[in-house]
Amino acid sequence: MIPHERAMERRQFLKGTLGVAGLVALAGCDNLTQSSWFPSLLSQTEKVTGRVQRAITPANALAKEYGEDDISKVFPANGNTDPGTEAYAEHLANNFSEWTVEVGGLVQTPMSWSLAALKELPSRTQITRHDCVEGWSAIGKWTGVPLGDLMHKVQPLPHAKFAVFHCADVDEDGVPYYESMALVDCYHPQTIMAYELNGTPLDIPHGAPIRLRFERQLGYKQAKYVTKIELVETLSGIAGGKGGYWEDDQGYEWYAGI
Amino acid sequence: MASLIHERAGTGRGQENEQVSELAMRSEPFVLEEPLAPAVLTANQSDVTAARPALVPVVERVYRHRLPVRISHWLNVPILMILIMSGLQIFNAHPALYWGDRSDRDQSLFAIRPMKTESGEMRGITTILGRKFDTTGVLGYSDGRGRAFPAWATVPSAKILAMGRQWHLFFAWLLVVNGLFFTAYALISRHATRDLAPTGKDLRGIGKAVKDHIVLRHPKGEEAKRYNVLQKLAYLVILFVVAPLIILTGLAMSPTIDTAFPWLLTIFGGRQAARTIHFIACFTFVGFIVIHVVEVILTGFFNNIRSMVTGWFVVKHEAGR
Repeated sequence: MIPHERAMERRQFLKGTLGVAGLVALAGCDNLTQSSWFPSLLSQTEKVTGRVQRAITPANALAKEYGEDDISKVFPANGNTDPGTEAYAEHLANNFSEWTVEVGGLVQTPMSWSLAALKELPSRTQITRHDCVEGWSAIGKWTGVPLGDLMHKVQPLPHAKFAVFHCADVDEDGVPYYESMALVDCYHPQTIMAYELNGTPLDIPHGAPIRLRFERQLGYKQAKYVTKIELVETLSGIAGGKGGYWEDDQGYEWYAGI
Repeated sequence: MASLIHERAGTGRGQENEQVSELAMRSEPFVLEEPLAPAVLTANQSDVTAARPALVPVVERVYRHRLPVRISHWLNVPILMILIMSGLQIFNAHPALYWGDRSDRDQSLFAIRPMKTESGEMRGITTILGRKFDTTGVLGYSDGRGRAFPAWATVPSAKILAMGRQWHLFFAWLLVVNGLFFTAYALISRHATRDLAPTGKDLRGIGKAVKDHIVLRHPKGEEAKRYNVLQKLAYLVILFVVAPLIILTGLAMSPTIDTAFPWLLTIFGGRQAARTIHFIACFTFVGFIVIHVVEVILTGFFNNIRSMVTGWFVVKHEAGR
């Protein structure tokens, strides 16, 4: 065999090998994605990430607050942008005068506030960045009641570990949206139940009349249309057990700090 | 063939290799499958050179890559492939890049989007700093669907952001662990200073090295035992600039990490800027991998692969030297 032929053959072999290896690798990844054991291995990551991030992040470290000039001209709305239920339509017609937020579960004193009553409480206004899981960011000015203040009023029981946010929106199959966060995060100074965006009452796409702002995690954790906050010891008894609609339904991480 | 192979380093190791870098410190007699030509067999070390017939190529085996480097290198292969491909999956969820903290739709620096032409046909359009390129078939529109990067370039191949994130964040941890392991090893063993740091002589020869690379002329013989200056610089930049950059910009996209280390946002110019830098660093890795693999093939594929698997690299010395 002349050297030139040999080189050609070698080149063909290399090309073929690399091509086949690439296809096998990609198919392998898809097979792993569809297996049951591999995604559950991957999902261990969020526990590690969550623990490490919590360990290195001071409990009350604040998310960056921006200036008025930094506010996004268009603040995109994602997920459900209108609950579309009859009950919600009725609230809308009444300008949410009948809307209440109930705080219960593992608390000393379950309480319920009307929207007007919440607006009477001391409020916090913050210009913060909203980071969507998709990758985009928008800056908005939020006004609302610090959730910690509500917690001090209801007094969580010692074994309460999570706050579950029940929402008024439902998906096409009628499954209600819900989200949850660690109880400790409820006391973060920037965790607020917001009723205003950029100085005006929340519109429907952004969660009217009241929504959660949990500034240190991604957008899908920011429950909209909140009707009830339930304190629990474990998330396993609620809906799919993973602590949120997107977590149960789509395989998103419960810990959304990254 | 084997009868032409001439053992060179032999018992003389350490003498001629004293000044040679760590990478080429150990060399071992080449194991021959067939007996050597009588003239060579009878020669003792001191007069090997004298006894060597003219025009006989000399082959030397050098221990080029130590085990920790080899392990770390091969771990990087699946880790980087998966990080890149799952990263493209994540990018596909919002296929545009920006500067600063916000992602104002009309201010994107780079975007890959499907667009409908006037005739109703779907095209994939890639926009770079306002200039539009039709990239149908690969970017923006492929296999009859609008998606930024095509199915063959993403993990998983279907559009599943949640799974892309799971893959990405798992393998990101592996990259960090492997990177810390390698860095610790490279510093403690002095691999970094002995083999990777360019010498003054290296740097003075950079112009020649660039010219040689352009015409695909690669170091041979004694010179092939060490990394050449461009190789050293490429490895140093990838290991100690691009890799830390990609990890830090990744962390800068984390809203929690931003509260712990607000300076990350400051140094990178905002969360969306960090995302853009993360993407550029990713394609710097892609470019490095492409050049790296091409060089591996051009400079002796099987020899290079063997040296990264077993550690042993074969250097051919020109006859009569």
